[in-house]
Amino acid sequence: MRTMMKRRDLLKLAGVAGSVGLGGCASGAMNAIGKRDAARVLVVGGGFGGATAAKYIRLLSQSKIEVVLVEPDAAFVSCPLSNLVLGGSRTLPDITRPYASLTRQHGVRIVHDRVASIDATQRVAELASGAKLRYDKLVLSPGVEMMWDGVTGLLDASRQGRILQAWKAGPETAALRRQLEAMPDGGVFAIAIPEAPYRCPPGPYERASVVAAYFKAAKPRAKVLVLDANEDVTSKGALFKKVWAESYKGLLEYRPQHKATGVDTATNTLKFEVQDDVRADVLNVLPPMRAGAIAVQTGLANSNARWCNVNWLNFESTAARHVHVIGDSIQIASLMPKSGHMANSQAKVAAAAIVAELNDWEINPAPMLTNTCYSFVDAQRVVHIASVHAYVPAESTFKPVPGSGGLSPAPNEQEAVYAFGWARTIWADMLT
Amino acid sequence: MNTSLRVVIGVLAATASAGALAQDAVALRARALAATCAQCHGTDGRAVEGGAVPGLAGLPATYLVEQMNAFKSGARAGSVMPQLAKGYSEAQIAELAAWFARGPAASK
Repeated sequence: MRTMMKRRDLLKLAGVAGSVGLGGCASGAMNAIGKRDAARVLVVGGGFGGATAAKYIRLLSQSKIEVVLVEPDAAFVSCPLSNLVLGGSRTLPDITRPYASLTRQHGVRIVHDRVASIDATQRVAELASGAKLRYDKLVLSPGVEMMWDGVTGLLDASRQGRILQAWKAGPETAALRRQLEAMPDGGVFAIAIPEAPYRCPPGPYERASVVAAYFKAAKPRAKVLVLDANEDVTSKGALFKKVWAESYKGLLEYRPQHKATGVDTATNTLKFEVQDDVRADVLNVLPPMRAGAIAVQTGLANSNARWCNVNWLNFESTAARHVHVIGDSIQIASLMPKSGHMANSQAKVAAAAIVAELNDWEINPAPMLTNTCYSFVDAQRVVHIASVHAYVPAESTFKPVPGSGGLSPAPNEQEAVYAFGWARTIWADMLT
Repeated sequence: MNTSLRVVIGVLAATASAGALAQDAVALRARALAATCAQCHGTDGRAVEGGAVPGLAGLPATYLVEQMNAFKSGARAGSVMPQLAKGYSEAQIAELAAWFARGPAASK
């Protein structure tokens, strides 16, 4: 259910029209809750990055900074674990959590709407509803946008529900599960992977593995084709390949250097830059990705017109003052994955820096980031990759701490317990 | 007072005087560093129901330092912790331990 804030509440939130941006003095204007000079941070996007930023700005400022979160969806649906919905061992409700706790427990004001445009000079965001919200600091965590032009015919096929992505968990995840269930035994499921970087490096290989596990049990004559634009598996490669050889021999086939360029829904065929066409019963085609649309539209995607460069000490955009970009939209540093855990880590560094800046304190010159990522290889066994990243002043960037980090030695059931525990804990860390 | 706490207080005092930071700014940095543990151990080190790893809030600082060092050296086995512990310096481990040892009240 989508609950829209009542119009008069929204107007109250937006502040009286006359105060918005007038005189260019955003922080001195009378704000929504009638208090003078209470700094306001506007957070755009309620995923792993945005929700964490909203909560931690409240926590780290002892609730002194007002936080408004703009997020169109009524509830949070987790991308991590969503491949288990495709495999059939979990359902969408299992991976869905409400946003209401952010308001109840932390006083975050949530507006269920979309940001239509941002005026970074006046520090005002305009919502799709037409309401305007002024801010002192903006945290932008819009995730990724699919670059439909990269694969001819894919946008239409996606709109028709014929060829799905399900790369943002939600109704499409359930729809792709239904396609897999409806596929006859002996059918072929093909997943096409774009060139890196894209959201969740090991995600496509996890998906291929758990779907193969489902087929092994329910449709033993079916087949999984992994068509990868990259030279090789981009994450946890040795671990995935070992599982494929040991558990899915003859069932799952991996083909590197297969860059998809077009789809034909009349014949359910995928076309490639070089290799021969591939026909499949269920196609899951992931096009190249870039920063979320609002980031691109605001002129923040200044790295190759795809990703947003940021100052690593506070995640402020290098293209706009007071706009902090976190999560999958940023141009990554060395060995920094586009993951939910990493977005949560970045959100905390950005939140601490914003709280410091709004208090006129020096920002932390030595921030740290962590990443832990669990991938299922079937419904019971998991492999992980973990890393710690420290800011290196001499190079003005984050780098993995030498000697830290690593992978699981092999898939194991113990880490499935950790994976579910991690999910419950990180969801709570961002929402409750 | 135990050794690790003395180290921490020394580190914090040095940081505060060198950078002329307000106590609130020092606390902000410690809490933000501790937040790098929260994805798995819970916000401010308070374990979540259904979580699979222990909470850290209120544990003695000496114990926390010992465990991190044991993960680092390989004396204590684990899955991700031996790999993550190696990413933190001695001073950072002391700062984390002091933060979590102060318990849930520290976050209020």
